[in-house]
Amino acid sequence: MIRFLARRLAGSAVVFLLVSMLTFALIWLVPGDPTTVLLEASATPEQVERLRGALGLDKPLPLQMLDWYRRVLSGDLGRSILLNRSVTEALLERLPVTLSIAAIALSLAVLLGVAAGILAALFHNRWPDQLVMVVALFGLSVPDFWLGLLFILVFALGLGWFPTGGFSPIEQGALDWARSIALPALALALTQMGFVARMARASMLDVLSQDFVRTADAKGLSRRYIVLRHGLPNALVPVLTVIGIIAGALLGGTVVIEQVFSIPGVGRLVIGAILSRDFPVIQGGLLFLAAVYLVVNLIVDILYAAVDPRVRLE
Amino acid sequence: MSEAATTPLGAMWRRLRRNRSFVIGVALVSIIVAVAILAPLLAPHDPLRNNFRARLQPPSAMFWLGTDHFGRDILSRILHGARISLVIGASVVVVTGILGTAIGAIAGFFRALDEPIMRLMDAIMAFPAILLAMAIAAVMGASVTNVVLALSIATTPHTARIVRGSVLVVREMEYVEAARALGASELRVLFRHVLVNTTGPLIVRLTYVFAIAILAEAALSFIGVGPPPPAPSFGNIIANGRDFMIVAPWITIFPGLAIIAVVLGLNLLGDGLRDVLDPRTRI
Repeated sequence: MIRFLARRLAGSAVVFLLVSMLTFALIWLVPGDPTTVLLEASATPEQVERLRGALGLDKPLPLQMLDWYRRVLSGDLGRSILLNRSVTEALLERLPVTLSIAAIALSLAVLLGVAAGILAALFHNRWPDQLVMVVALFGLSVPDFWLGLLFILVFALGLGWFPTGGFSPIEQGALDWARSIALPALALALTQMGFVARMARASMLDVLSQDFVRTADAKGLSRRYIVLRHGLPNALVPVLTVIGIIAGALLGGTVVIEQVFSIPGVGRLVIGAILSRDFPVIQGGLLFLAAVYLVVNLIVDILYAAVDPRVRLE
Repeated sequence: MSEAATTPLGAMWRRLRRNRSFVIGVALVSIIVAVAILAPLLAPHDPLRNNFRARLQPPSAMFWLGTDHFGRDILSRILHGARISLVIGASVVVVTGILGTAIGAIAGFFRALDEPIMRLMDAIMAFPAILLAMAIAAVMGASVTNVVLALSIATTPHTARIVRGSVLVVREMEYVEAARALGASELRVLFRHVLVNTTGPLIVRLTYVFAIAILAEAALSFIGVGPPPPAPSFGNIIANGRDFMIVAPWITIFPGLAIIAVVLGLNLLGDGLRDVLDPRTRI
């Protein structure tokens, strides 16, 4: 297990270094010089030079790169051009909001998805199965931000059960907090649930056709006992990998949904930066969210190896 | 006809024809593609013409799906929007298909390059795809071409991983060894024997890429880094409707339903193809 951990950690570290290199490289995609995009045409040469200096663009490329790595590894992501404050601070301030929405959406998607998937497997090819599969397919086909807009229309504007947007910190009351993130989290969860449900169903069907289930059946164990004690634990192992996969989709979805519900999270900060070409914030935001994704996947892999020892040997 | 039924392709076609997902998916996608192609003939109004006397009209006999704040007909905008969205989706499929196959084939076939290439793909996959696409599209400037490039970059790594996986399996097959023993060059082996046998999972993946691209294009346009307005794309129309949700919810609702129809059709098509072409990965 130790060797597996070491190998897996080293792998993640390499990927993170590549991720930060790609983030750095993003600035090269700008046609021409970033300063021409950031400054108005009337900018004086001195203004251009000052901005180039602030962005570090006046140094040779290898030096810029080295600089970038040194700063990233020490947690300094530069200063936001627009907000004129530390990018790391601005991101850290908003990260809890984004993570709480993504985490709640993830939990909802996994709980609902697993329950629906297991139900479908137990009623294989009968109406509950077909219903679950149709709902799952619709979930996979609905744009999450549009579902969010629809929720605002029905549950906030129409019925008035929830606020139309904004975020209420948990310190100011758990109920208001829950009300402010219920709709965005639900919109995200419903679009990701389908994926979990399909995976859980396939996995449960697979387990139920195994020899040890037939043996348990032949021993005369009750159906309920077989499903809960033999089926479920084994069926849940592959579902773990789904968490790693949808973590990325959920983080991306949260970014867009924050815009729909006017929630002051990392997503809103980064999208604002994207629209106003605030490069340090774009780079910092991408790096932050990629790091979260890598950590989630590292945890998932370790859990997987813990419950399924065969993985460690690969 | 009877001869076709005995060939492998004929057998495959028979299985596809009996697959309900595939049949419904093909029907849905065909209808939508036909409607998009015929949009200039079908659209009752000019999708770009402002008509200030008919602003924010609810659905009526004149404007079946209502009008937006410029008095533009929503049905006509959706029909023309389908063209833009489908062209973007199809272009992403082509670019991702080429890039994904090339990268996956190189990684799977040439062992020394496998590790560095796949690590780089892992790194790209670590970014939330939608956010990466937004950043690239915004940095390069909002245009249809840049949206296609951005979405292709975001969907290529997973595609490359799938191609690589198939190549790794196929390259160990006996008929590949036989081809080598007969003196076939490495390139001939790669193109004539290995790649042609990886097309099943690739076609399935590209069907889903099409669906992903339609959804992502909508999100990009909604944020404001998609094809520049006033061109109607599904996402553009929704973004326009957002400010008028209370007085004119139809502007937001109908293009969303159009997206669902397209993506649902593509997902059904993908599910059907997967059942037949790539039965190992049934989910």
